[in-house]
Amino acid sequence: MILVILAAVAIFLIVQSIPAFVATGETASVLTTNFWDYVGPLVFGTVWAAVLALIIALPLSIGIALFISHYAPRKLSQFLGYLIDLLSAVPSVVYGLWGILVLAPAVRPLYVWLNEHAGWIPLFGGTASGTGRTILTAAIVLAVMILPVMTAISREVFLQAPKLNEEAALALGATRWEMIRLSVLPFAKPGIISGAMLGLGRALGETMAVAMVLSASGIVSFKLLTADNPSTIAANIALTFPEAYGENVNVLIATGLILFIVTFLVNALARWIVSRQTARTGA
Amino acid sequence: MSLSAASTATTRRRKLTDRFVTALVTAAFLVALIPLVSLAITVVSNGIARFDPEFFSSSMRNVTGEGGGALHAMIGTLLITLAATIIAVPLGLMTSIYLVEYGRGRLAKIITFLVDVMTGIPSIVAGLFAYAAFVLIFGPGVRMGIIGAVALAVLMIPVVVRSSEEMLRLVPGELREASYALGVPKWRTILKVVLPTSMAGITTGVMLAIARVIGETAPLLITAGFTASMNYNLFSDRMQSLPVYVYTQFANQGNPASAFIERAWAAALLLILIVMALNLVARLIARRFSAVSR
Repeated sequence: MILVILAAVAIFLIVQSIPAFVATGETASVLTTNFWDYVGPLVFGTVWAAVLALIIALPLSIGIALFISHYAPRKLSQFLGYLIDLLSAVPSVVYGLWGILVLAPAVRPLYVWLNEHAGWIPLFGGTASGTGRTILTAAIVLAVMILPVMTAISREVFLQAPKLNEEAALALGATRWEMIRLSVLPFAKPGIISGAMLGLGRALGETMAVAMVLSASGIVSFKLLTADNPSTIAANIALTFPEAYGENVNVLIATGLILFIVTFLVNALARWIVSRQTARTGA
Repeated sequence: MSLSAASTATTRRRKLTDRFVTALVTAAFLVALIPLVSLAITVVSNGIARFDPEFFSSSMRNVTGEGGGALHAMIGTLLITLAATIIAVPLGLMTSIYLVEYGRGRLAKIITFLVDVMTGIPSIVAGLFAYAAFVLIFGPGVRMGIIGAVALAVLMIPVVVRSSEEMLRLVPGELREASYALGVPKWRTILKVVLPTSMAGITTGVMLAIARVIGETAPLLITAGFTASMNYNLFSDRMQSLPVYVYTQFANQGNPASAFIERAWAAALLLILIVMALNLVARLIARRFSAVSR
């Protein structure tokens, strides 16, 4: 059954997107030249936003997981874990609402400051956005959304680290950090990587938060703070689809297919890393 | 003398590093709490304004300014989620029974892998799939509640499979063997022994799966569409749902804009409360279950 459903997902998407690959500006009004020129900036925006989110979330999630597994008092840690899990229960549309009405105005002064004082770094160049609805804001919201998943996985592998090794390290006079660096982190590395990949996969496919927060235009730009931002595939579908007609629908479905392929690859890679790890420790 | 001085210096450096990292880790945790606290405060304080009886008793039909409610969206969410559950639970449960009781070798491995991959399907792609499938049958531009339900079911199935697979594996082998020893055929053993034993755990998994999909916006936006009127029929016309309600209230603000924003916050608050309630009930069931088995 699962096989059938997954195959059905792929087949329906492919069938519906075939017309899009040959479509031109005359047949589908959202295209200016051809399909690949349209989807290029979107793919870039998707990957760029997800990678930014990952850069923000990865150190944070490791820190939180360490805090819960090795630093916090035992009684507190269970409650804290529950708290972090709650973050993942918040629907994405609520994050979007929060991102645009609370976060964007809050970070705007920071952006202006960064732009003035660090504008010579290309990343922060250009003119600072007047609304705070930039790709960096979107990335922060995405980071908050993927934190719980990554934290949960890191926490689990941290807890699985062999207790004997930890105690041996402590007995040899290592400080807590040295114990973590020498015995916990090496053990947990593949787990952290796969958690990061899962987070990346989720960030790639996240729709509503980006659609609501980002003020997008279809360009390729690395600048973090300007009002002109590359859009992402998922957000673009959500924003354009309700008004789409004719071959535009096929074009959007084709972009969905590309998103599906990208996330499939990322997820498969993550699973492969995990399974390689379990195979090695099992042997 | 110099040796001991050097060793004291090293010890101090090591201690300092340790302190520094402790501070860093604690800081990371506190930073992560900021969005959580901020989110909770803003949603509650902004949502409470329109958390009144009218919000729960009227739709948005013929409402252009203040007033209005989300009853049509609540009905829509209820119906769509219910339909999605009805589709997803039998499929997911049967898949997990196959994996635990029958699956051997390559096929089972492939299915496990695919379920894992399915977990990672972006929600909007699930929506596109459901839409594409129904377009082949009903022609372009179709919007129905049931399409949204199919999309949500695609998202739910992997979660159900994973959780119930784990629960079924927890059922002790002795129970199965005792049943076989009494001459009970395999299908009856599964039906009468394995399933009842793991029922509480499976229910927990299903509730968590519902909690996961009830907040999905994107697939419903493109499959069930949005409307201002009541619609009790899954199989015809557009159907509003709570997440989409939040989005449309925000995206298509009218005059006065504050009324629309307030409605969006109120619906967001309601949505979070529902999800939290589902999580809580699931946890309670799980706890009672584990208490019984102990």
